[in-house]
Amino acid sequence: MADVGRHPNIELLTLSEVKEVSGHVGNFRVKVKRHARYVDEKECTACGDCVEVCPQVGPDEFNFGLVHRHAIYQPFPQAIPAAFVLDMETCLGNNPRACGKCAEACEKHCINLDAVDSDVEFTVGTIVIATGMEPFDPLGMTEYGYGRMKNVITAMEFERLASSGGPTGGDIRRFSDGKTPKSIAFIQCVGSRCEGPGNSYCGNICCMNTIKDTLLLKDHWPEIDVTVYYIDLRAFGKGFEEMLKRSRQLGVRYIRGIPGEVEENEDQSLTLHVENTETGLVEQHQADMVVLATGVQPRAEAHDLNKLLSLQLHPEGFLLEAHPKLQPVDSPVRGIFYAGCAEGPKDIKETVTQASAAAGRAVRLMSQGEIAADPYTVEVNEDKCKACGLCLKVCPYGAFEWEKGAKAEPIEALCAGCGTCAAECRFEAITPHQFSDAQIVAQVEASLSQDPEQKAVVFACNWCSYAAADTAGVSRFQYPANQVLIRTMCSGRVDEKFILRAFELGAPIVLVSGCHFVDCHYIDANRQTVRRVEKLWDKLESWGIRPARLQLEWISSAQGQRFQKTMEELERLRREVTPREIAHTRRILKQKLHPPKPKKQARRKGVAAHA
Amino acid sequence: MPDTPRIGVFICHCGTNIAGTVDVEKVAEFARSLDNVAFAETSKYACSDPGQQAIQKAVAEHRLNRIVVAACSPRMHEPTFRACLAQVDLNPFVLEMANIREGCSWVHLREPALATSKACDLVRMAAAKARLLEPLSVRKYPVKRAAMVVGGGIAGIQAALDIADTGAMVYLVERGPCLGGTMAQLNKTYPTMDCAI
Repeated sequence: MADVGRHPNIELLTLSEVKEVSGHVGNFRVKVKRHARYVDEKECTACGDCVEVCPQVGPDEFNFGLVHRHAIYQPFPQAIPAAFVLDMETCLGNNPRACGKCAEACEKHCINLDAVDSDVEFTVGTIVIATGMEPFDPLGMTEYGYGRMKNVITAMEFERLASSGGPTGGDIRRFSDGKTPKSIAFIQCVGSRCEGPGNSYCGNICCMNTIKDTLLLKDHWPEIDVTVYYIDLRAFGKGFEEMLKRSRQLGVRYIRGIPGEVEENEDQSLTLHVENTETGLVEQHQADMVVLATGVQPRAEAHDLNKLLSLQLHPEGFLLEAHPKLQPVDSPVRGIFYAGCAEGPKDIKETVTQASAAAGRAVRLMSQGEIAADPYTVEVNEDKCKACGLCLKVCPYGAFEWEKGAKAEPIEALCAGCGTCAAECRFEAITPHQFSDAQIVAQVEASLSQDPEQKAVVFACNWCSYAAADTAGVSRFQYPANQVLIRTMCSGRVDEKFILRAFELGAPIVLVSGCHFVDCHYIDANRQTVRRVEKLWDKLESWGIRPARLQLEWISSAQGQRFQKTMEELERLRREVTPREIAHTRRILKQKLHPPKPKKQARRKGVAAHA
Repeated sequence: MPDTPRIGVFICHCGTNIAGTVDVEKVAEFARSLDNVAFAETSKYACSDPGQQAIQKAVAEHRLNRIVVAACSPRMHEPTFRACLAQVDLNPFVLEMANIREGCSWVHLREPALATSKACDLVRMAAAKARLLEPLSVRKYPVKRAAMVVGGGIAGIQAALDIADTGAMVYLVERGPCLGGTMAQLNKTYPTMDCAI
């Protein structure tokens, strides 16, 4: 921590939140809101004169509220920056100023009660997300009595009790009477590997953390009787099995069975009711203190950041990596990387390893001075462009030069390649590289050149739905073989004419699929998708074609199962479409899309009427 | 780039990942029947060095100017095959992949006949697109040699230090008043049993 504080290349922004990120890899423009500290970080020497005069106290977050701290405080003695901070929520207030004793006591005049929040802006080439985790809160698991029974504590509270910097100076004592417990029971998998309150996944660190705690207890308080209740013991890392062995050798009892209930006795000791799966008996055990080995979960506030950066979440709520095996620290957005528990529960060694990997990946991108990007930009055909400006209106990036009456000119540096403009252009004036109208129509035609009535044509966006299809594949989720996928970068690229061409060629069903709204990789291009599909539904209905034959679905890259279900549903819908219905549709579309040329005489008549 | 497309189609076995379900020889035979396909063959592992060399050899021998690789997802190996083409001076963007693994053999494991017919469809579609592909050039962007690290726990600290040590500027953004995160609240850490701070 101290290394960060003194590193010449690191600017540490505490009490800060990322508010805005724009741009792209190589050039992310960031706006950070920096909350006022009210104490000059550089001048404060952490002498503590201010604390002595502060009349206000609030719960000490660093010690999980086990003790109190003053409104002006240092979170812990080794904190970096080594400056005090004023918590305005706890303070009597600065507007109007009610107290101000701290400012008077500070000889160096480091305290400024009128300080205000500020915005900090900077540009970076890469971003590393290391927003971490939060311990599972066991209040909802009423069977363990946490919150009701004084001597039931969490693993993190145990850490603070055992710490020399903690509320008891490192003495293990019961909250009820301040006495050293004669027996301690650890309950594993609290909020992990369970349905209902809690998470379905393994917390990863809880087994080893408990084993560590048992060693600590046996080293310092060998007389305390220690029991661990578990489902399985997951001691799979290097040197971990040895730690478990040593714990057993030191007399720690391991009982395979998770207590169904904890009851408080009159003396506030606890009775644990547990089915011991080794003996097959329901047993009652006593303990003076119970420690809940609580699991790990994603930080709720990290979700705002994910939305800001268009990142993806795993169903468990952790950040989704670009590839679970081959790109484990890359996010799906180029130039953004993950480190630590934000990506999934992990211990310190794994966290450090991943953080170094993320740093390596980031440096790799930045070391060349420039990076190559796919040439998925667009070209505008000047002859076809009617200068209507619709392309600029629908472009999420504003990547066109256009003024009323002037032809549109694409701005390559801003274009991200979603292709929405091309799908919206009524004059076919825009050609996206690698995803041109002609290329996509060729795919549609090829897909339906044989047995079209057997096929469902699926348009899938590269980042979410197509990736979901890949996830389904990797997971071996089986589904009917009637679908053919056409990949576009964004669902916003799917032009009405691709869909109509598919129906014209006899496709029973067409699906347009993309990212969920907040996940769109092109800001909000998929809103154009919805608008377009809704318009087309109306058009199909007015033409006597069942709108249900055009489906719209949002599937994120982690949702392999949802992709499978969608494919099954498509197949069900496909079977409902009769050959007669298909023939009817083809007839209508032939009429609507290729109307017979009006005869010369008729045209003349029309002109006359108009005149 | 000559005007007439001469498409080369390479169908990957991916060991048994694809060939265990899809009749790859049949797909290759089908590919040969398609318009503008000048060459088609199967490959045990198209992404391997011998696999890539076979593609490069075929490009030269058959004057191929459009390439279809029917293998895994383009999200997996498109960059591999693009680089392979670039090595023999073929524009990397005249490549189209047909996803016959994630999108076919792996999701229709118990229906080999249907999977084979779907693989043929996917190859036909890829060839249809390949026929119309045009050479493109990669865009280059300048990269700012600075990084933002969000979160000042052990992960953020380690990442920030590693990046900063290379000479790049790092903005370390932390919500709380100090560094350390959850790690700082731990008393001792395993496996070393030492202080967390």
